[in-house]
Amino acid sequence: MPGKLKVKIVAGRHLPVMDRASDLTDAFVEVKFGNTTFKTDVYLKSLNPQWNSEWFKFEVDDEDLQDEPLQITVLDHDTYSANDAIGKVYIDIDPLLYSEAATVISGWFPIYDTIHGIRGEINVVVKVDLFNDLNRFRQSSCGVKFFCTTSIPKCYRAVIIHGFVEELVVNEDPEYQWIDRIRTPRASNEARQRLISLMSGELQRKIGLKVLEMRGNAVVGYLQCFDLEGESGLVVRAIGTACTLDKLSSPAAFLPACNSPSKEMKESPLAHPPSHGCRSTHNSPIHTATGSRLTQNFSVSVPTLIYTGMGSGSAGKEGGPFKALLRQQTQSALEQREFPFFTLTAFPPGFLVHVGGVVSARSVKLLDRIHNPDEPETRDAWWAEIRQEIKSHAKALGCHAVVGYSESTSICEEVCILSASGTAAVLNPRFLQDGTVEGCLEQRIEENLPAGCGFCHIPYDELNMPFPAHLTYCYNCRKQKVPDVLFTTIDLPTDATVVGKGCLIQARLCRLKKKAQAEANATAISNLLPFMEYEVHTQLMNKLKLKGMNALFGLRIQITVGENMLMGLASATAVYLAALPMPGGIQIAGKTPSDGSYEQHISHMQKKISDTIAKNKELYEINPPEISEEIIGSPIPEPKQRSRLLRSQSESSDEVTELDLSHGKKDAFVLEIDDTDAMEDVHSLLTDVPPPSGFYSCNTEIMPGINNWTSEIQMFTSVRVIRLSSLNLTNQALNKNFNDLCENLLKSLYFKLRSMIPCCLCHVNFTVSLPEDELIQVTVTAVAITFDKNQALQTTKTHIEKSLQRASTDNEELLQFPLELCSDSLPSHPFPPAKEHLESARSNSGIPAAQRDRCSSWIELIKLKAQTIRRGSIKTTVTVEKASPMGEGNFRNRSAPPCANSTVGVVKMTPLSFIPGAKITKYLGIINMFFIRETTSLREEGGVSGFLHAFIAEVFAMVRAHVAALGGNAVVSYIMKQCVFMENPNKNQAQCLINVSGDAVIFVRESELEVISTQQPTANCQQSCAGGEVTT
Amino acid sequence: MTSELDIFVGNTTLIDEEVYRLWLDGYSVSDAVALRVRAGILEQTGATAAVLQSDTMDHYRTFHMLERLLHAPPKLLHQLVFQIPPSRQALLIERYYAFDEAFVREVLGKKLSKGTKKDLDDISAKTGITLKSCRRQFDNFKRVFKVVEEMRGSLADNIQQHFLFSDRLARDYAAIVFFANNRFETAKKKLQYLSFGDFAFCAELMIQNWTLGAVGEAPSKPDSQVDDMDMDLDKEFLQDLKELKVLVADKDLLDLHKSLVCTALRGKLGVFSEMEANFKNLSRGLVNVAAKLTHNKDVRDLFVDLVEKFVEPCRSDHWPLGDVRLFLNQYSVTVHSLDGFRHQALWDRYMDTLRGCLLRLYHD
Repeated sequence: MPGKLKVKIVAGRHLPVMDRASDLTDAFVEVKFGNTTFKTDVYLKSLNPQWNSEWFKFEVDDEDLQDEPLQITVLDHDTYSANDAIGKVYIDIDPLLYSEAATVISGWFPIYDTIHGIRGEINVVVKVDLFNDLNRFRQSSCGVKFFCTTSIPKCYRAVIIHGFVEELVVNEDPEYQWIDRIRTPRASNEARQRLISLMSGELQRKIGLKVLEMRGNAVVGYLQCFDLEGESGLVVRAIGTACTLDKLSSPAAFLPACNSPSKEMKESPLAHPPSHGCRSTHNSPIHTATGSRLTQNFSVSVPTLIYTGMGSGSAGKEGGPFKALLRQQTQSALEQREFPFFTLTAFPPGFLVHVGGVVSARSVKLLDRIHNPDEPETRDAWWAEIRQEIKSHAKALGCHAVVGYSESTSICEEVCILSASGTAAVLNPRFLQDGTVEGCLEQRIEENLPAGCGFCHIPYDELNMPFPAHLTYCYNCRKQKVPDVLFTTIDLPTDATVVGKGCLIQARLCRLKKKAQAEANATAISNLLPFMEYEVHTQLMNKLKLKGMNALFGLRIQITVGENMLMGLASATAVYLAALPMPGGIQIAGKTPSDGSYEQHISHMQKKISDTIAKNKELYEINPPEISEEIIGSPIPEPKQRSRLLRSQSESSDEVTELDLSHGKKDAFVLEIDDTDAMEDVHSLLTDVPPPSGFYSCNTEIMPGINNWTSEIQMFTSVRVIRLSSLNLTNQALNKNFNDLCENLLKSLYFKLRSMIPCCLCHVNFTVSLPEDELIQVTVTAVAITFDKNQALQTTKTHIEKSLQRASTDNEELLQFPLELCSDSLPSHPFPPAKEHLESARSNSGIPAAQRDRCSSWIELIKLKAQTIRRGSIKTTVTVEKASPMGEGNFRNRSAPPCANSTVGVVKMTPLSFIPGAKITKYLGIINMFFIRETTSLREEGGVSGFLHAFIAEVFAMVRAHVAALGGNAVVSYIMKQCVFMENPNKNQAQCLINVSGDAVIFVRESELEVISTQQPTANCQQSCAGGEVTT
Repeated sequence: MTSELDIFVGNTTLIDEEVYRLWLDGYSVSDAVALRVRAGILEQTGATAAVLQSDTMDHYRTFHMLERLLHAPPKLLHQLVFQIPPSRQALLIERYYAFDEAFVREVLGKKLSKGTKKDLDDISAKTGITLKSCRRQFDNFKRVFKVVEEMRGSLADNIQQHFLFSDRLARDYAAIVFFANNRFETAKKKLQYLSFGDFAFCAELMIQNWTLGAVGEAPSKPDSQVDDMDMDLDKEFLQDLKELKVLVADKDLLDLHKSLVCTALRGKLGVFSEMEANFKNLSRGLVNVAAKLTHNKDVRDLFVDLVEKFVEPCRSDHWPLGDVRLFLNQYSVTVHSLDGFRHQALWDRYMDTLRGCLLRLYHD
């Protein structure tokens, strides 16, 4: 369907003075789309020109509409010499191409120049008329909606979740073309910006086509990234989850997988019997042959096994031609897909059945020039290889799908590390097939399972565990086995039963490496990777124990490669899941207990650690129900028993077990201090300072344990670069520097945002890069959200009430489970005594209690997660539905915070998928912007800090302006995907590239909604926000 | 390990009022950090000195970027780069243009020229205000002056419109601009006891009554192209003031005036005898001030003259303020009963303002 693009240039303001003599400017505008250009008249001698042009009309293919950006250039007319460019505006017209999004783009856009930054603003109106055309062979995919949000967007319902879509396009980087030597930096930058804009348009179109092929109508969790490969080219790649979405007619009626806890949790004093997805998968044994393969690839340790994924053994060399691996067809709908991956991190109720654990794969590649941009096969093959590996890891965990899936790269010179990670999971197939979902909700309610623990239950076979882990019976339902720790990359399921609050945990690590060339370099890197993974893991596990918690969510491990070092940074949100066993303490053991003073030192350390754990428990309000010693077991492991157990258990994966044994004494619970390094490690454990009181932080969407957000939000980006003095380049010093850098950065954030206390930093996203030999750059984006301290108390109470109610409602429907079960979720009296006996007996016979704490942590975490997810989502659906008839009353009860910022033109930005205290009424389209800024007068612009500060502020401004022009008042799921900063202080130069994306939305404050909701909720609130949207 | 780069950018620009004040006061980053430490912020927040340093740097950088916009406040409202809530914008503007009493007393009535700017070192040394802050305040005065200099209409309104000040600040700036334009002498030792508030009060009265704008559609010059309606004193009015001289030059008139005033005030004034003894001197003083206002030089000395000719004599006789008020009221009202005096309107225009000024100026 071809279309007609119409553009009108209205006016400009605050233009820069271009004519020194008159202190004025003679401005005109060029409007370009594809190869067509229009010009306005010259508006003489004004800094605030009023062009009021006619409508410029472009008749174009929709393929072009999707690929091309609209390019608006403001120039200063000069009679005698060439016209000077003032700056440009690129407008992505994609949001105008689908019916439900924006209908017009109209507003003030900052005029941007890559050398001077923002220079005034221009008022533009853009419209598109599409003509219908039923060409089957079309190349365009107009109408497919894109969302960055990694959950089902608020005002939609997922009919079918089709699955993984990916695509990549490659091109030469204009910066490295020969012509770059003779053109100006400005021309070069603009060529790059334009090219990337074109490529992302093309990429989006191609992904759209794939979605249409799958009969979907939307992409959720769309993540697009650039790889600046330098000489070898420019890669733009994207992944996402294809879905069929239905728009919900009334915004108040139903919110699928809603992450705003303030909504669901509080609206739902009446909880429904939580139920289970498909239980059959649970018991079906899934055997894995991957064990050997893993060990072969330097697989290391207990928890690492899932992790190891040290991708290809062929590291260092370009991967061979990709062989399509034959996959056995299984019954599950999922397994018919090539990659049963989902980029979502939060799910519709009932979707997630079990969670296996984190799976990840990495591979080191050598870049070479992309010879034929039209056939990006090499890069495709690389990724296919990695995905295949992820898939097999998931299988090893008895899972048929991977959720919370993401991919990333780190490039240094010609070496590139490709990484992929996700969470192995068992999903409810109903969502994945056509036509079955309609009845799904009702059906699920009939099935029943204990609340909030199902997802934690292990999906793999107990006797055939993919890695040594310690299993116990679920502390919630007592029926199924759970691991003792659970690591995942997804968000905490809304219905998970969590004790206390969560917190941000980071593992940080640096490793020096020799400078080397090509293959030697790649080999060196791939040799280092497994050790880094292992250590990052150990750190995570130790820190988790130190917090007294047993599960990690939103785990993201980033490995960055530099000239002479590798950096590892893992961030996750730790929580205490009620379904998993209580974590044991940390025991310190000295290797040579001969020396008296040494002994003393050790015991001193031990005391410190124990104190810290106790303090943390208090800080995060972790008081799980008391359970008798028998069940919990002593925190100190007994190695002998353990090894026996492991042997007996391992049937198919001998190597793994053996490898694990070598770590047996060194695992998460016992810290052996045998050398100075280990000493350092222990010290560094203790140096992490908890946030000041009133502050919480997490890297997930929401903070477990806090659910009474008020409306104040502050999104921010903070960047730090440190220079290492070349003298102290030892691993230890490096680690300390890096650790200090991160800690200080966090401290600074807490200090800066102290006026918002009590508040929580959510979605804390750290990115590390190594721009030069001795430079480390850390970029943090997060949002601070205030919450009401007083309400927190009430919610814990309602939680209890809820579970009580749940118990009672369960009665009628529970067929499989004895009544007592339901009361398990009550913290006050965990389980009936009779049952307890049974449990302890069983656990004693099966697995020695002592070990449970020690090695099963991994699996248990995994299981816990699975359970929480299941329970959470179901609860929310049901409750929201229940609440809707009396929605108004509920809204009123929640103290609607004063919303003073209904002022003109305010655009909120947040990395989260929701806005506290508000409802998203409309998604206007995806925002995906790429900017380059360069300066040759670094000192004059305030040095590197001044330069970057101004640039980031400008990027925010341009994002806000685009959102406002679409008629929106917020960006959700905002992410700064890239911030590449290069400087050359000697030449007084610097350059920075930034890539951001998010979803433009219209939101309405709940307090406003309340007023309107008496009549027609939908229509009215949309009107009201459109009305309030008048932008300056 | 050194921080090469350290920035924090919020979607809503964070403004720390305390740091803003330090920045406005012209402290360097290190001084500001030291002052914040002394204020006990580390103890309150548990932060480290490094955190404080980074935070202060960051705010300073933000303020530096905002400064360009603050020079034309409407730009701050319309710009898109910094998202700042309106109340915060108002605070930024108001504080940026706020000035120190000590500083304004030094430059009030001086020409806002390069010459004066060179003296800022001395002013800084004398007042203890940092040179940086002095410069900002001076530049603010000058900037406002330049913008409204050529404008028609109410001075305070123009300022408010172009700089978005609060009422109060706009009126203060109107006084500063008015004083700078008319170059009133305020620095003499005799005048040191007067505050900026005293002068601003007088300026407002004078703007209201003695300028061209005050007359509105002045019948004398209906369609003259007078640009600075509120800035310049009404020349014609000053010229006319010479006519008042008759009040003291004509001995009969003066005697009559005196006797009328004395009759009216007898028994009501604590300092009656002193008043009676001084009446002629005082009256001569007040009328001569008026008569001299034709010369620019004398206009500049207006306040010196008022203090010398009226405030000081009364003060040396310990007149209470109430008596001064009674006297001035009677003194100006009684003129209406002088049959031989024809310039009643002129007298009122002069005396109403002067009376207000004198009452304000009369204190220790």
